[in-house]
Amino acid sequence: MLLTLCIAIPAVASLLVLLLPRTSPNVIRWTALGASIAAFLVSLVVYANFQVGEGAFQMVEKLPWIPSIGAEWHLGVDGISLFLIVLTTLLTVLCVISSWHSIHERVQEYFFFFLLLEAGMVGVFAALDLFVFYVMWEVMLVPMFFLIGVWGGQRRLYATIKFFLFTMAGSVLMLAGILYVYFHTLDPETGKHTFNLLMATDQSKYALDVQRWLFLAFGLAFAIKVPLFPLHTWLPDAHTEAPTAGSVILAGVLLKMGTYGFLRFCLPMFPQATLQFVPWISWLALIGIVYGALVAMVQKDMKKLVAYSSVAHLGFVMLGTFALNQQGLTGSLLQQINHGISTGALFLLVGVVYERRHTRLIADYGGIAKVMPVYAVLFLIIALSSIGLPMTNGFVGEFLILLGTFSSNTFYGVIATSGVILAAVYLLWMYQRVFYGKIVHEENSKLKDITLVEGLPIVVLVVLAIWIGVYPDPLIVRMEPSLQLVLEKFQQSEFSQLIGVMP
Amino acid sequence: MLDLLYLIPLFPLLGVVLNSFVLRGQSEKVVGSVAALMVGASFVVALGGFFQLLGMAPNARHFELEMFRWIIVGNFSAQASFLADPLSMVMMLIVTGVSTLIHIYSIGYMHGDEGFRKFFIYLNLFVFFMLLLVMGSNYLVMFVGWEGVGLCSYLLIGFWYTDELKASAGKKAFIMNRIGDFGFLLAIFLIWTTFGTINFREIQPMAQAYPVGAGVITAICLLLFTGATGKSAQLPLYTWLPDAMAGPTPVSALIHAATMVTAGVYMIVRSNFLFSLSPDAMLVVAWVGALTALFAATIGLVQTDIKKVLAYSTVSQLGFMFLACGVGAYTAAVFHLMTHAFFKGLLFLGSGSVIHGMSDEQDIRLMGGLKSKMPVTYMTFLVGTLAIAGIPGLAGFFSKDEILWKTYESHHVALWAIGLTAAFCTAFYMFRLLFLTFFGKFRGSKAQEHHVHESPKLMTVPLIVLAVLSAIGGYVGVPHALGGHNFFHDWLAPLISEGGATHGGGEHAGVPSAEYVLMAASVLVALIGIFLARSWYLGKSATVESLGKSGMRHLLYNKYWVDQIYDGVISQPLVKASELMAKYIDQGTIDGAVNGLGTTVSGVGGFVRRIQTGVTQNYAVMMGMGSVVLLGVLIWSVLG
Repeated sequence: MLLTLCIAIPAVASLLVLLLPRTSPNVIRWTALGASIAAFLVSLVVYANFQVGEGAFQMVEKLPWIPSIGAEWHLGVDGISLFLIVLTTLLTVLCVISSWHSIHERVQEYFFFFLLLEAGMVGVFAALDLFVFYVMWEVMLVPMFFLIGVWGGQRRLYATIKFFLFTMAGSVLMLAGILYVYFHTLDPETGKHTFNLLMATDQSKYALDVQRWLFLAFGLAFAIKVPLFPLHTWLPDAHTEAPTAGSVILAGVLLKMGTYGFLRFCLPMFPQATLQFVPWISWLALIGIVYGALVAMVQKDMKKLVAYSSVAHLGFVMLGTFALNQQGLTGSLLQQINHGISTGALFLLVGVVYERRHTRLIADYGGIAKVMPVYAVLFLIIALSSIGLPMTNGFVGEFLILLGTFSSNTFYGVIATSGVILAAVYLLWMYQRVFYGKIVHEENSKLKDITLVEGLPIVVLVVLAIWIGVYPDPLIVRMEPSLQLVLEKFQQSEFSQLIGVMP
Repeated sequence: MLDLLYLIPLFPLLGVVLNSFVLRGQSEKVVGSVAALMVGASFVVALGGFFQLLGMAPNARHFELEMFRWIIVGNFSAQASFLADPLSMVMMLIVTGVSTLIHIYSIGYMHGDEGFRKFFIYLNLFVFFMLLLVMGSNYLVMFVGWEGVGLCSYLLIGFWYTDELKASAGKKAFIMNRIGDFGFLLAIFLIWTTFGTINFREIQPMAQAYPVGAGVITAICLLLFTGATGKSAQLPLYTWLPDAMAGPTPVSALIHAATMVTAGVYMIVRSNFLFSLSPDAMLVVAWVGALTALFAATIGLVQTDIKKVLAYSTVSQLGFMFLACGVGAYTAAVFHLMTHAFFKGLLFLGSGSVIHGMSDEQDIRLMGGLKSKMPVTYMTFLVGTLAIAGIPGLAGFFSKDEILWKTYESHHVALWAIGLTAAFCTAFYMFRLLFLTFFGKFRGSKAQEHHVHESPKLMTVPLIVLAVLSAIGGYVGVPHALGGHNFFHDWLAPLISEGGATHGGGEHAGVPSAEYVLMAASVLVALIGIFLARSWYLGKSATVESLGKSGMRHLLYNKYWVDQIYDGVISQPLVKASELMAKYIDQGTIDGAVNGLGTTVSGVGGFVRRIQTGVTQNYAVMMGMGSVVLLGVLIWSVLG
């Protein structure tokens, strides 16, 4: 029941928000906050009940839904989805807090969409039924479309339509892939076709060329979400134009749908095709790492800079996944959480000064460490965690990814490691131009330091960033067994031959 | 006492927490005292640990303390664990000891600065990371400290961040260090794929199975050394260190002279069991070290900023330490590391005292005659200068001489000659500095002259302590040739592996007469350097520029234009290329293709504008309709 609750609470609350009088925005805000906190607490109960050392799905729920087509309300959680769910519910709480003062128009609709979005996101991660998964995937898309399109910046329409079209293009192909899988999966009890993901994975013994097509059908949708170079150009626009909380969710959770998808569907269902695509994906990821960092370096807009940094960071995540070993996979999964924390916090931080100055241009700032000292410290810690400094979360993930990559392909490892230099360059350069030097713009000399309401969500993320950096073990021990199960797919004898020719 | 090993890094961390959260709004005295006391407490614990180690049998001096599971994934394991052995113990004592003195000094030096509390937070944080670096029992914990001290260095160089140049210097240091760290990280990966562990103690026996000259070992060593060139400012990654002088002077003394920059030397000595298997890598280390020693010393000859002279001197002295590592004289490297921490820490603090007295003046052309006005500073500075110049009896003599002797003894005559030349330059530029600063007539402004004063006790007492250490610190390593017992050598001996020991342990076998001759030679060049400096600079205030306007001087004064070359060949083109990439590839090609597809986009855009009415019901209806259509399509396609 816990997972259903995690989806139902925000879903019901979103409807409740619509029924509340729109004249009292504070009631709406408190309702949204209460619901998001409730969902977060439920996800913590999920965490507490999670059996360490168990790789298979836990807390599985299964109810008949549309029996005629073999779709069931089938949810579950394993080491791969556990932290993504907790991250989602946590970021939603923080986003509701950060939207408290910054959203004052159409408050009702805003929180309606936001809570609906949360339900969709948790649904995607918890779904063990391809039908549920697809519905949730689409449910998520619509609120995001409106969040960007209505509450976004100046070029919001262009950005949101671009986001929508990119995502839809991927979804259509994925739907075709899901249907193909559906027609090749039989429920042993009923003898009928089923959307059951576990059965689909168990029964996936497709011929290599079929695997390739299926890998591409699913993979394209995921690659767009990640986003993998060169499918990334929707991201800088969407991230930049979205309202702060929208950027946080986009970067923190939505991008993970792509990397999660690869891990959950492509790797276990199409292992042979995965092996064949390793060099392709690795190269695109490597290009993303270097290219994203270099393009980030010369951005003039802070949000754009952070957006391009995501391209680089997600390149690391993809690379780790396709290293196909324990270190790479664990690092990759850990880095998905870390990226949600660090980049989520970066967007929150940019939002703080944007609220004051209504500009995101780096050149409009300079020297503000003097007037906003607490803000400057928080920003620095998060920037360092994004750079991957030891004792922050970013280091643990990046290190494991690079270690795994290096041990499966030295050459990839060396190129990717050079990315750690570039991350320092673009973030510290931005930091210097925004915070150091003298105040050159008169408007900045009276900026108010970060307030309690603004600071609270960021402090939570800072604490998490350091905690995971110092003591990541609780995460690793929960992730490892489930990732081991994925890897076992590649250790079966029939693949040894293919692994041998891996470049 | 060794069970309490974790307290050593914990105290400074506690200082960070106290000063960050608990002691907000407290007076300078409280803030500074707490910070200094924390480091002092670490020193006391380290001292206790030292005596406990001393009481053990030489080969049993090894103690590992596992704190908790840090990163353990599959067959990779990095515990958070500390190590106490003769090498790390020496480093702990140096780090905590010198840090304590510099913390005390800083209470005086930073008096009245608006960032006083912040300064001590950073300084404590630095000590914490530095201790992780030297105490870690595997390469990854070492790396944590390694990058952590880099962070603190960045923060402290750019401490006065409203000055754009200072902030830039901090960033430059961080990025140059990261270039080195790239090598260090790759080394860790390669160590793990080769040995399956990154724990020092576990690698050592496994390494013995490899033949001398094995390719993979050479690769590991060269990658490690790449990391060292960044952190320890060696060719070609040294340019950040002179710029790092932008930080407050106690920082220059602690981080950029006594402790952090020596981390590369520590790392190589720690890995000596690997380096000793790779003569090629050792040769590279030796040559880079020797060339850096000379290269930086030549630049130091003509610099006019008191701290810049000392900075190039530091680069040069670090070069000596690497030279020692490269010829297998690991003990000599650590010995010089220790004496250098004393005398260079002293010299930097002395320069800080001068700058303090001179109302923030750093140009030695505008000083002079401070001998009588700042007697304690002068006397201690003199001791430091004599020590670094290698005058017999003082700390620097024993350590530098051991390096030169070991270089010669291992048949690297060319390297020895380079080292000797660098030693000559050292004596020259240090006495040039001493004469221009403390002798002759005062050349500063009237206001400065009126204001010049000796520094307060908080600053002069640490100077005196360091001066005493610079004077007598060398006696722990007096060579057998001079009738000493070389305690220092014996202390570290259990950690130095075979390959190195053939060089390092050759003392009894060597011919003492040759050692005497070389000793005399190095004393002689030092005296010549002092004599030259005296004849050119003493008492002639007008001849500050007496090296002349020659092309050579110009070249040296502009530091061989290396900064400009790096900027023009690497930084600028990289930014330009990235800008072009952002414009033509990202915006132009990729996005152009996307937008080309999207004349539809503008159409849909117009449509959305019309439906965006702001009425909730419309949205809800839209969403409902959308979902129904999607579901319909899905079900239809399934059933159909």
